[in-house]
Amino acid sequence: MTLVKTKIGRRTFIKNTSLASGGLVLGFSWLNSCRPKDTGSLTGKEMPKEWFQMNGYIKIGENGLVTIFSPNPEGGQNVKTSMPMIVADELDVDWKDVIVEQAPLDTDAFSFQFIGGSQAIRRGWPGLRMAGASARHMLKMAAADAWKVPVSEIKTAKGRLTHEDSGNSLGYGEVASVAAKFKVPEEVQLKEYNEFNIIGTSRKNVDGPDIVTGKPLFGMDTQKEGMLIAMIVHPPAFGLKLKSIDDSQARNMPGIRDIFKIKVFNDDYVKTFFDTRTYNEVVVIVGDSTWEVMQAKKAIKIACEPIESSTDTRDRFGNAWKQHTPAGLESTENHLANMEDRAAKGGEVRRKDGNPEAAFKQAVKIIERTYTAPFLAHNCMEPMNFFADVKDGKAELIGPLQKPEFTEQTLSARMGIPLEKIDIKMTRLGGGYGRRSYAHWAVEAALISERMKAPVKLIYTREDDMTDGVYRPTYLIKLKAGLDANNNLIAYHVNAGGIPESPLHENRFPAGAVDNYLAESWTIDSNITVGSFRAPSSNFMASAEQSFLDEVAELAEKDPIDFRLELLEKAINSPLEGTTNDYDPTRYAGVLKKVKEKSNWEDQQPNLSRGVAAYFCHNSYAAQVLDLVMEDGKPRVEKVTCVLDCGMVVNPDGAKNMAEGGIVDGIGNAFFGELRFEDGIPSKNNFDSYRMIRMQESPKEIEVHFVENKIDPTGLGEPTFPPIFAALANALYKATGERYYQQPFMSKLPSLANG
Amino acid sequence: MATYNLKINGKTQTVDVDGATPMLWVLRDHLQMVGTKFGCGIAQCGACTIHLGDNAVRSCQLPVSAVGDEEITTIEGLSEHGDHPVQKAWLEIDVPQCGYCQAGQIMSASALLKRNSSPTDDEIATAMNGNICRCGTYTRIKKAVKLAAENNS
Ligand code: FES
Ligand code: FES
Repeated sequence: MTLVKTKIGRRTFIKNTSLASGGLVLGFSWLNSCRPKDTGSLTGKEMPKEWFQMNGYIKIGENGLVTIFSPNPEGGQNVKTSMPMIVADELDVDWKDVIVEQAPLDTDAFSFQFIGGSQAIRRGWPGLRMAGASARHMLKMAAADAWKVPVSEIKTAKGRLTHEDSGNSLGYGEVASVAAKFKVPEEVQLKEYNEFNIIGTSRKNVDGPDIVTGKPLFGMDTQKEGMLIAMIVHPPAFGLKLKSIDDSQARNMPGIRDIFKIKVFNDDYVKTFFDTRTYNEVVVIVGDSTWEVMQAKKAIKIACEPIESSTDTRDRFGNAWKQHTPAGLESTENHLANMEDRAAKGGEVRRKDGNPEAAFKQAVKIIERTYTAPFLAHNCMEPMNFFADVKDGKAELIGPLQKPEFTEQTLSARMGIPLEKIDIKMTRLGGGYGRRSYAHWAVEAALISERMKAPVKLIYTREDDMTDGVYRPTYLIKLKAGLDANNNLIAYHVNAGGIPESPLHENRFPAGAVDNYLAESWTIDSNITVGSFRAPSSNFMASAEQSFLDEVAELAEKDPIDFRLELLEKAINSPLEGTTNDYDPTRYAGVLKKVKEKSNWEDQQPNLSRGVAAYFCHNSYAAQVLDLVMEDGKPRVEKVTCVLDCGMVVNPDGAKNMAEGGIVDGIGNAFFGELRFEDGIPSKNNFDSYRMIRMQESPKEIEVHFVENKIDPTGLGEPTFPPIFAALANALYKATGERYYQQPFMSKLPSLANG
Repeated sequence: MATYNLKINGKTQTVDVDGATPMLWVLRDHLQMVGTKFGCGIAQCGACTIHLGDNAVRSCQLPVSAVGDEEITTIEGLSEHGDHPVQKAWLEIDVPQCGYCQAGQIMSASALLKRNSSPTDDEIATAMNGNICRCGTYTRIKKAVKLAAENNS
């Protein structure tokens, strides 16, 4: 029996919300008001006449239908299905009787309402279980009162309460009105893992029917009475700022209401971690319809001037952080040369085990390689947008974002509106991948609405989205390995850096598996804005390291999987004293062994070029084997076999979909992903120049296997992304005889580059 | 500004707009039919795919003045109850991740099946190559197209 407290320290995890104080609430559903009617068909039950709110997550109708509010934003990771599944399982209700609704931002009722770092399920797990379990307990208490029997004798299943001895039985709906009035118990009993009957079973995406019929689910789809459309014009190059506007032509174009400048953050404002914005001043065009505003946008001429170097003090979750932004117009060619120079000087030593210098001297074979990766644009399918209606000292905001709680704080500071007067509703995100953590456009929308005294939807065109980004940094990693006469890896040196961030994770594999290990890190300042991008920093560490280890294995005349397993054995059996590693070598070895088996690795076929890679990040382990063939000089990925250890899997088919997505995304970015700069100007601004992976380049087959265990669930959205770059590079080596050190790989594959 | 009578999903709709306005924005802004999505605006991503007659076209590049008498079908009108074989297959395979590209994918897939009721893998990949899925659901899309073809034969 697992008893947990619903209160930890001063934080109460589950409480009756103010909304729920009498128990009875009116059903509310915004944006997609047709959903509840649709869901009636799942179970045959009609919509209830009354709802009784058990806590922030759950309300129960008198007929037994249950609404579960999904706390976190949904960006395609399917949390809107998997998070309510966890609640429903602990509540012990039939999934068919569940209606899911997206919760608004409500910091009283929920914790960790964000997506990022593959943390939604991992962090949500205890709270979601508690929400279901405490409501179930309150229902039991109500039945116990009615039947005059001890709570402990009452059993639940599929939304019913039963008492065996007396033969009494009631549906949840019949006692919900009474149960909702109980105080949330201080301690509740959670299910044992073997009692789960929803968690671990595949359930379909709850928004599936609305997606395939084109219902308004996305921020872009927001429509309100009297709503105006707004767009921005920003300076064309990083390193420039707005000087003056010539809007004489645009102003008189049809449907245009106003053109003005806004300042996103005030000069004296201390920006927090997610308050990243390149161009603090932008031009805004407001009008009646999207097309009219787009036309006027083209007619606006702006003059710009160079920025000056500056040093900002920002607030990194309570710690002051100095961010230096140099002046100047930067170019990719200089970036690469500067990174080479900087790496040659060595960086800050972040970890040193043994005596690497001496070990390299002793080594019989030494190999050293340099890997580079470009800036990447997120290119979410739904361009950045947000709706705002600011009036009478209140603000209503609707749209797709990843960190609503932080955005609300920023909005409050900028608009001078108290938090409780700001209402943020979350729509589905048409992709996030990190980009929608930096919700400056929500602030922009609010400023525009305030000025126009009208509801406004701000839309970025694809060109704005791509050229006014918060990019994945550009990186360079030098790796060096030394082997002894018996082909044992005795020395390893990683020298990693980037503009303006370093990708180094010094405590990850092969740290802990090599006696003599040195990790150095450096950065170069830049005025190009960067931020999280699916598996930040891991996405290149894995790529460089796992490509390199393939080459080291070859030099050691060993099979690449066996070589890694040998190193992991060493980390397991003779851990280096006084060091800690981020990863668990047993679980790491586990995914490699399993991928070896599942991909029939031993059975190498002559026509198939196979590459392997494995990585640990976001608390999870992924190993992949990629098989490809060359057709007319073009690589065709036949199959990817992927093994994941992310603890318990809540919704296996949904999880597979996510894993497949990470793999396709990784192959796409490895082949094509690249944003270059010339004098501060991004080299690409739409999908005609920025190549995205399409169906023809996508793997023909992807097979995903999970390691079965009873470990609490960990990250899933990111871990399949980083290693696939290397699995692809290693397979390409087999196919072409060449190693791929520079991303994107298409630069070395002309027939692929030409379409 | 001019008046256009458009046949959309079996109904006639009248709009008063500039003739250069792409159908995408006529649908989304003027008719409040937001199922058709904006992704790139330059016919590169397929998010805005609709049917003009039997053909899949990119509505971001189709000026309203060029539509004439042709029948338009959008995702909202593909079937009355969301039960077009392609929609059913999409749900069966649980294709979507973020879902933003999927209306366009479904419109391209349904147009393909109209002219070729049992496409090969290569034919599917060729027909669907104009539709980007940033989330990478391509293997599922392919499966769903094949399932729809099977269920329909
Ligand atoms: S919006 Fe029309 S093809 Fe991209
Ligand atoms: S499902 Fe997200 S772009 Fe296709």
